[in-house]
Amino acid sequence: MKAMDRRDFLKLAGIGGVVFVSGLGHLAVATEKKSTLEDFFFVQLSDTHWGFEGPKANPDARGTLQKAVAAVNGLKRQPDFIVFTGDLTHTTENPQERRKRMGEFKDIISQLKVRNIRFMPGEHDASLDNGAAFQEYFGKTHYTFLHKGVHFIVLDNVSDPTASVGETQLTWLGEELKGIRKDERIIVLTHRPLFDLYPQWDWATRDAAKVIDLLTPYDNVTVFYGHIHQEHHHTTGNILHHAAKSLIFPLPAPGSAPKRAPIPWDSAAPYKGLGFRSVATAQTKPGYAIMEYPVIKDML
Amino acid sequence: MKTKSIRVFLVGTILLAQIIGTGCPPTHAGQPDIVVKMTAKKFEYSPSEIVLKKGVPVVLEITALDRLHGFSCPDLGIRADLQQGKVTRVPVVPQKTGSFAFRCDIFCGDGHEDMSGTIIVKE
Repeated sequence: MKAMDRRDFLKLAGIGGVVFVSGLGHLAVATEKKSTLEDFFFVQLSDTHWGFEGPKANPDARGTLQKAVAAVNGLKRQPDFIVFTGDLTHTTENPQERRKRMGEFKDIISQLKVRNIRFMPGEHDASLDNGAAFQEYFGKTHYTFLHKGVHFIVLDNVSDPTASVGETQLTWLGEELKGIRKDERIIVLTHRPLFDLYPQWDWATRDAAKVIDLLTPYDNVTVFYGHIHQEHHHTTGNILHHAAKSLIFPLPAPGSAPKRAPIPWDSAAPYKGLGFRSVATAQTKPGYAIMEYPVIKDML
Repeated sequence: MKTKSIRVFLVGTILLAQIIGTGCPPTHAGQPDIVVKMTAKKFEYSPSEIVLKKGVPVVLEITALDRLHGFSCPDLGIRADLQQGKVTRVPVVPQKTGSFAFRCDIFCGDGHEDMSGTIIVKE
């Protein structure tokens, strides 16, 4: 039993580039042979912050999202679906401007070839109005869906501005999990880390421990999230956590700088530190193959 | 900006003088709390730099002027919700020296990420 390797992933996704294989050797897959699990991959985009202005961080803030859309459309094989893990828009206190940005965001991503798109909010989208505008434009902030044998759980840890999931959603999560076998695959999609990555920079979810307690009995749980504007991989117990790059500006590694300020734009290497990823699974292999992509091909 | 820097420096200096100048032992049974008054508003704390003495109990009295804010200093094990218009008392007994960041952990708008400060704990 081994994790999916580069060849497996390339065969599935029909693409080239760098592959990170998550080390999930502990996962049992024997029982999955009886499940409906099929090979597939999806694409994760995160922290697009449409509406952000800051030429020192990104002089192409009005054009980066469009380039990402073109890059996804340029994949040799198209994913089954696409997820946006929050901070679709940059925050504004003006409710009309907030909705304008969400409308513009939707117009831009309407150019994606893949129309099966899943959204969740970041604090920039939802924390100032408890998710009201987000729900008008993108629907529910927490929900589940089943795709080819994998249970996807979308958690909202931002509509409450205290960065909490909250008791109501925790109860809902507990009920949802009751319908899932311990050995089935679960992917959690959310915006903020579900562990104390670096609370000094507010890189945490206040009641994350309660979420993890609910998920821990399950053998095969992986979390994909955003918020920290960089690739990051971490394990808590038997749960793996993978943070995605941003599509507006990168942030420093946790605690590596005096302040959590955007890394300045590098004119010698434009779009450096930005990107998106694909995540592939296969019926007979544990874990997921994660491939990171730049915004423009020349950066690969 | 220059004026603000001077003001913060003066406040910090005064606080340091007040706290260190007391020569208080680590415990203050029967003595009134040392109080540090602070304000919080989008997107700053005032003062943004606080100097404390290791082992000396202090109460931060923080008033949120414009909306709900948070006060979080994980390295010193402190956090509190700051209700608008109310004085929130946050007791602190720093047990280690160093410079420790605090920040707002309740999202308050564009600039929230910059709403931070530093607690300096000296021997």
